Amino acid sequence: MRYIFYLLSLALVLGVAYWAYTENYTTQASNLRVKNLNTQIAEERAALSELNAEWAYLNRPERLRDLADMNFESLRLVPLSSKHFAELDALPEPRRYDNLPALFEDQEPVKVGNTEGEAQ
Amino acid sequence: MRREPLLPLAQVANARAHGDDISLIEAKQRAKRNRQLARKERVKAENRLLVLALCFVIGFGAVAVKMGMVATSGVDDDQVITQATKIVNNRADIIDRSGNILATNFPTRALYAQPPLMIDPERAAKEIVKIFPDLDPKRITKDFIGGKRKFIWVKKSISPEQAQRVHDLGEPGLLFANREMRIFPNGKLAAHILGGTRFGEEGTRAAEVVGVAGVEAYFDDYLRNPAHEGAPLQLSIDLSAQAVLEDVLEDGMIFMNSKGASAIMMDVHSGEIMAMASLPDFDPNKRPRPLTQGDRGDDPLFNRAVQGLYELGSTFKIFAVGSALEKGLVTRASEVNTTTPMKVGKFKIEDFHDNGPSLTVEDVIMKSSNTGTARLAVQAGTTAQRRILKDLGFFEPTEIELVEGPTAKPQRPDPWREINTITISYGHGLSASPLHLATAYAMIANGGRKVVPTLRRLDITESLGDRVMSETVAQELVRMLRRVVGDEEGTATMAEVAGYDVAGKTGTAEKAVRGGYKEDAVISTFASIFPASDPRYVLVVSLDEPKIQALGKERRTAGWTAAPVAGEIITRVAPILGLRPIARDGKTEYIQTSN
Repeated sequence: MRYIFYLLSLALVLGVAYWAYTENYTTQASNLRVKNLNTQIAEERAALSELNAEWAYLNRPERLRDLADMNFESLRLVPLSSKHFAELDALPEPRRYDNLPALFEDQEPVKVGNTEGEAQ
Repeated sequence: MRREPLLPLAQVANARAHGDDISLIEAKQRAKRNRQLARKERVKAENRLLVLALCFVIGFGAVAVKMGMVATSGVDDDQVITQATKIVNNRADIIDRSGNILATNFPTRALYAQPPLMIDPERAAKEIVKIFPDLDPKRITKDFIGGKRKFIWVKKSISPEQAQRVHDLGEPGLLFANREMRIFPNGKLAAHILGGTRFGEEGTRAAEVVGVAGVEAYFDDYLRNPAHEGAPLQLSIDLSAQAVLEDVLEDGMIFMNSKGASAIMMDVHSGEIMAMASLPDFDPNKRPRPLTQGDRGDDPLFNRAVQGLYELGSTFKIFAVGSALEKGLVTRASEVNTTTPMKVGKFKIEDFHDNGPSLTVEDVIMKSSNTGTARLAVQAGTTAQRRILKDLGFFEPTEIELVEGPTAKPQRPDPWREINTITISYGHGLSASPLHLATAYAMIANGGRKVVPTLRRLDITESLGDRVMSETVAQELVRMLRRVVGDEEGTATMAEVAGYDVAGKTGTAEKAVRGGYKEDAVISTFASIFPASDPRYVLVVSLDEPKIQALGKERRTAGWTAAPVAGEIITRVAPILGLRPIARDGKTEYIQTSN
């Protein structure tokens, strides 16, 4: 009787020890993963803020204005003015087109200013 | 210890003499010896137990302490790392009202040298100067070879290409430090609002970035506070409106041959500044040093719109009329004596043109009559004038969120005599900043409620401030101002913009110099409100010393200079702010399309 009790306790101790041991290692492994992920997040964040800064720099009004001027031939962009507003009722009734003509088929796609040279 | 014999000779001799048993003595002595031995053993055992107990106490004590530590320490090391990653940007970004970046950080590196670690300091000095031609070769050579200095900052921020070139030198004494550089991606745009930064405390791992002017300095604590976790600071500025306003203002300044200009566009309900510029300006990325010579007012760093105190001329007339209306002394159609010159003691008040014996109150504003305004001001009295100017904010610096703001305290006469009341009624004798003027006009435009100018985005669409004048008076004043621009005889017809019903008032003031006024140098100002039917924005444009040849004459007055510039700004900016023009067929509706 006593022996069975001793054996069972021993088995219990061994089992619990094994469980604690594996838990410990999985925890350490997840901690390491969290740490790596955090580093990665920090790096991504830094990259994101860098890219945002570059995006803001490339979209600065001065540059966009110059690009609009340079590409006036193809884009024909002019400053927004009060003449660019229209009343909704001033629009003609939409006509029904049963056979839509291919409006844009033979047109070259509009070229928008190349930004690559400026990125540096 | 001396061992005592079992049969001491003295006792044995004594026992023999008395005929006693000698073995008794031996037994006695043996018992005594055993007692001593037992006592000694006992002490030994007690000591042994004590040592053992101590061992147990230390052992269990260690376990207990460790358990205590585990139980009480909540923070794990890894959590510290998680928090650290959030503070990537140590200074928060600044964005405009629609989220465009106005100021952000960019990782860069600083170069420092440690001459004791150098292998070939002479070569290092030579090569470094090649990479950075702006460094002083003599100084660098002296620092590197002199042997006295152990640590030298060479360059505060360098580009990745430059860093690579320095790295390629292979000199172990040249080292890099991490830096977060503050960048203003839009360059000169909104320079006076943003201000600028500099490096504060410098270390080899990081450096502090400190705001030196503008919102960067005003909100320095907010921007550096890690508790905000990098949440950006949102300003009321609209990037597009600001860009266009600066653009048009600069063209206007050049066209009108003026040496400086400023413009402020403000929401009349919330006091939010949509755009504000002062020219000449500067690039906050390369903030120049303040001028050490000449007039501080001509320094590019000087914010004319906020810091500049000028006599704003006839733009003040509307306040005199306002206080007369508020007191119920006159109505829009009352006749006012406008005979010129008007004599007050030894002073003579004259009109620019002779307007005949009298004008209606409305026409006094439209034709900008000095004598008419002066007489209205006298009628209303000094107390009423002081009250209205105080209510409109002309007695205190504005509460704008710029470090420069509190420096602009309006200058007012002391004592305030009747002659001061008269001159102030048409804008002389009290100097205030264009921002003060814009704020005052905003209060008229929004129906007479207090406005506090702000650079932070608020989401307010109606005025909630205390009442400074009655709504009917405010509406009357806007109607009068509308005639200044809309009527053929008004002084600001050049500011008319089709579809936007501009209302406004011109002001041309001779520049005050020591002991008098300069006749050929004026500050010409145009303060406007649009659309007059339902005011949304106030625009104040001020030009410094403008002059232009028109119709065979040299013109300096605001009607010829500031007004057309303001008109052009409204033409370009109003559509950007989403204001729909009022249709010509009599409909007075406009619709907010965006924003």
